[in-house]
Amino acid sequence: PALMAARRCVDEMRERVVLGEFGVRNVHTTDFPGNYRGYEDAWDQRRFEEAFRVDVIREEEDTLEFDMVGIDAAIANAFRRILLAEVPTMAVEKVFVYNNTSIVQDEILAHRLGLIPIRADPRLFEYRNQGDQEGTEIDTLQFQLKIKCKRNPQAAKESSDPDELYFNHKVYSKHMTWVPLGNQTDLFPDADFRPVHDDILIALLRPGQEIDVLMHCVKGIGKDHAKFSPVATASYRLLPDITLLQPIEDEAAETLQKCFSHGVIEIQNINGKKVARVANARLDTFSREVFRHEGLKNLVHLARVRNHYIFSVESTGILPPDVLVSEAIKILMGKCQRFLNELDSVPME
Amino acid sequence: IQVDGTDGNCVTFVLHDEDHTLGNSLRYMVMKNPDVEFCGYCITHPSESKINFRIQTRGALPAVEPFRKGLNDLMGVCQHVLNTFERSMKEFRAQK
Repeated sequence: PALMAARRCVDEMRERVVLGEFGVRNVHTTDFPGNYRGYEDAWDQRRFEEAFRVDVIREEEDTLEFDMVGIDAAIANAFRRILLAEVPTMAVEKVFVYNNTSIVQDEILAHRLGLIPIRADPRLFEYRNQGDQEGTEIDTLQFQLKIKCKRNPQAAKESSDPDELYFNHKVYSKHMTWVPLGNQTDLFPDADFRPVHDDILIALLRPGQEIDVLMHCVKGIGKDHAKFSPVATASYRLLPDITLLQPIEDEAAETLQKCFSHGVIEIQNINGKKVARVANARLDTFSREVFRHEGLKNLVHLARVRNHYIFSVESTGILPPDVLVSEAIKILMGKCQRFLNELDSVPME
Repeated sequence: IQVDGTDGNCVTFVLHDEDHTLGNSLRYMVMKNPDVEFCGYCITHPSESKINFRIQTRGALPAVEPFRKGLNDLMGVCQHVLNTFERSMKEFRAQK
């Protein structure tokens, strides 16, 4: 019994991150060989493969929510960092301004054009060589934006609605057209390179103003400039674990239900009394409101499961989110491979 | 990579163009190796993108071995994660 309690304590230290009233405990991973007696902590690929699983919870057009169970924070974080900063995409890098008489300055216009997500699979292109100013077919996509605002002669005399008075006064991303370079029409016969969204407002014009620019898109990564980041955001959280240390009834049960997010605590009617039960801990956002109630704070144990990660990946539309996750994993493998190759090629003195 | 070290057992690898992404995950994999007495990494200065990765081994094992094993293990983990993820996506789509 004392041994069981000690063992349970150790298990909790290894597997749960505990949220106390004034701080978070057991944050760091401690399950390295030699730290705990009686536990086999050395790396074992087979044990890892048995315990590891991925559950996909929700998949929509641009969002993906999935669980990774049985992996450590270091690796889950590596995937998150790679999704944000190292998965390549295509974005406008150079803007050649032939004519810009709008009130949006050249550099502001160029900045806005760079941030527009371009629907082009970056795996079909190469990185541009450093110092190469021209760009070749294999690393550049060319777009043109040529638009002029004119007054509408048929507009009513007293109208003040700009949609009626002027043609082309709003410059949208749908006005960007792809100009194939070299043999790109043969390389990509069915491709339709355009911005992901057609209704991104780039600039506003009035009659007589025009914009005539040529844009070069290159492949880049988020580390270089945030416009190359393929995700709207990618984040993860740990699975919450709420335990009620004692049965909680009646009014206390009602207060408890209000302390947590909707759907976490369920009140059941047992023998005429209202009893609280943890229905779905996953939905909780852990505001720790329970600790503000003197009567309740010692009856609930809040923790997070250390190796269960709930990932949420939202793509900007360039690539579907599951492709992004696969690419991120391949990039981490590529990094390891690079160092392995270097280790093998350079002799160690 | 550059290597500085006093003897073969405790070596500091300087990895260029790397940051916490590879540093932390590699540190975890190397720490899981029972032959390693000490493993840590640090970023010398946030403006330079390089990390100092130090491994000290118990006994007479040269420090390059746990480094290589850590990299191989990390590759194995990634490969398995990739396979499991793609399989789960396929199953999820099949039963939708």
